[in-house]
Amino acid sequence: MHSMWKSFGFVATLTAGIALASAASARDLTVVSWGGAYQEAQKKVYFEPFKKTGTPMNDESWDGGIGVLRAKVQGGSSTWDVVQVESEELALGCEEGLFQQLNYSKIGGEGQYLPEAVNPCGVGAIVYDFVLGYDKDKLKEAPKGWADFFDTTKYPGKRGLRQGPKTTLEIALMADGVAPKDVYKVLGTDEGVERAFKKLDAIKNNIVWWKAGAQPPQLLASGEVAMTSVYNGRIDAANRNEKKNFGMVWNGALFTIDSWVILKGSPNTDAAYKFLNYVGQAENQAKLPEHIAYGVTNKNATAKIDKGFLENLPTSPQNMANAIEINTAFWLENIDRLTERFNNWAAK
Amino acid sequence: MAAFVAGAEIPLKRRLRQAERARQFKALALVLPLLAFLLFTFLVPIGGMLWRSVDDWEVREVLPQTASALATWDGKDLPGEPAYAALAADVRQAYADRTLAIAAKRLNYVVNGFRTLLTKTGRALKAQPEAGQAKATLVGIDPAWGERSTWAAIKSARGPVTDHYLLAALDLQRNVDGAIVEAPADQAIYRGVFMRTFGIGLGVTLACLILGFPVAYLLATLPPKQSNLLMIFVLLPFWTSLLVRTCAWIVLLQDQGLINDALRWTGVTDTPLRLIYNRFGVFVAMTHVLLPFMILPLYSVMKAISPAYMRAAASLGAPPATAFVRIYLPQTLPGIGAGSLLVFILAIGYYITPALVGGAGDQMISYFIAFYTTDTVNWGLASALGAVLLAATLVLAVVYGKLVHGTATTGGIKN
Repeated sequence: MHSMWKSFGFVATLTAGIALASAASARDLTVVSWGGAYQEAQKKVYFEPFKKTGTPMNDESWDGGIGVLRAKVQGGSSTWDVVQVESEELALGCEEGLFQQLNYSKIGGEGQYLPEAVNPCGVGAIVYDFVLGYDKDKLKEAPKGWADFFDTTKYPGKRGLRQGPKTTLEIALMADGVAPKDVYKVLGTDEGVERAFKKLDAIKNNIVWWKAGAQPPQLLASGEVAMTSVYNGRIDAANRNEKKNFGMVWNGALFTIDSWVILKGSPNTDAAYKFLNYVGQAENQAKLPEHIAYGVTNKNATAKIDKGFLENLPTSPQNMANAIEINTAFWLENIDRLTERFNNWAAK
Repeated sequence: MAAFVAGAEIPLKRRLRQAERARQFKALALVLPLLAFLLFTFLVPIGGMLWRSVDDWEVREVLPQTASALATWDGKDLPGEPAYAALAADVRQAYADRTLAIAAKRLNYVVNGFRTLLTKTGRALKAQPEAGQAKATLVGIDPAWGERSTWAAIKSARGPVTDHYLLAALDLQRNVDGAIVEAPADQAIYRGVFMRTFGIGLGVTLACLILGFPVAYLLATLPPKQSNLLMIFVLLPFWTSLLVRTCAWIVLLQDQGLINDALRWTGVTDTPLRLIYNRFGVFVAMTHVLLPFMILPLYSVMKAISPAYMRAAASLGAPPATAFVRIYLPQTLPGIGAGSLLVFILAIGYYITPALVGGAGDQMISYFIAFYTTDTVNWGLASALGAVLLAATLVLAVVYGKLVHGTATTGGIKN
């Protein structure tokens, strides 16, 4: 009798165990972002308040790469649902069918977002820029645009640029007088590429090439360069945290957008839409710039953002006025060829 | 008695052999983990890399009908209607499956613009063209379909293996007729980059040898108290992170850095010397980082050279310089060889140091391998560059082996 109870108990435990295991496999919504200070800000502004609305979720971080997403989706039992991706991953993943086609009616409609942030496979999360950065303490007169960047007689000193053709060629063309909206039209021709390299020749010996986003603020701080191309968020962070007096020129800025996608085969699609709807609302987005200097994608968020932050935000109207979006399709097609061309030029 | 010995001989032999076999088996069992480790962390990845440098699966898998239709195409004129029909069917299928981008990426390596062409075609092909109309329809969508080079690109990429990446890694390519020709001048960079890589490797090795030899000599000959202290100075930077040492050079060499400040303060120059973000900076930082790899092998060889040889040479009337060149130096050759090979092979694989202290024209081959691996996901070209580097390194190792072997048997060390 005793042993029978014992075996009953064993079976009961086993059943409970299986039930628990299957409950765990129907897992909570998992949102994946870029980690670091940015994800900390997202936690405060988006993740924690969203959990309070009644949908449980976890967050993880990643370093990007289309290969990772491919493995997650094609491997079957993906542990991720919503991922923040860069524009290239968005384009490639969309072409390869790794993401769900978004139903915008569930996330507030296409109309509430900036037109550049609306993509069939993903919705824009943040906007950030390559701007011209300089140290206000060292330059007497503020530069006005990329033309001044190439003027080493008026503004002596070296220049920092991101190593490689991407953003460098656009900057050279704008400095040579091409209107921001025509940059990719010109760059699409052989003469345009020629023209960009010719312009770069003028300051070739004065360029310091940087590779990581953390480098340009250091180059400015040490006085190695007088001006540099730089991510706007880095300048803002240096001014806020290290009490620097760096300035940014938004004229001819190059912006790009990171987007939220829902992975194909996600078992939490409903929760994912709830999340995207939450993070797409203007009043929620308006809180992000207080923590980190990224622009947000809801058109109505700008009006709700504190004026003090707005001035240094990629999406404020005056900063957007003369900016262009980095053309992902152009670079996907031409990056290999132009990288070879760039290195050929650099070696001469 | 003799019979007894003869009878016992066979089992003893067998017993010995058995014992020997058991010992060998045990020895094998002991190194088995190492062998398995080597297999999975060394041979399999390298094999995978070599395979990726010739693997050509994309077009074969995404455009299968076109690939087989082009198998019989002679490449002289445009292919026939069946090939056009096959392509239209493949593109429609791939567009629906969302796999078209995979083939487009591969073909874009051969003809720049293929990505747009395929995407545009996929979007425009609403239905399979009627029989006999495939060619007209496709050329109507984009005139590129009426060009031989477009079709030659597909044919050249139809797999299963390709030499495209390996040729590209040597600045070569196949033209429309399939003949191997030089890549266009403004795309040809890799031979130059390989030369640069080996040049920097050689320069750093020489600098390490010139700087490291006297240090190693001091280490080997000073009394233990001083030599131990000196050894700590050699080893301390060796234990410091590579990144920290590289960044320390940035602090020293930059325009507002210690060296330039000192030069300006003493009035040697008015404008700062450019010491970093150029080739000079790369040489300085890499030599510093790699110096211990030269000193330590030299030291271990020099420590084993008995001072009696030099005394004997002196007693036989050799002046110090002659004794050094004819007696001491030849005995250090194994150390020079080992140190040089170690430094050279480490140097040609360097990535982070040239990336941080070099300019755009000072990047070594690893930079390009990393770029194609992570930035553009062109793993074929990344693997091919890796394969060429591997081959060059192996050749050098073999040459070194021959040289050292030659020295050991023919001259120098007589005892």
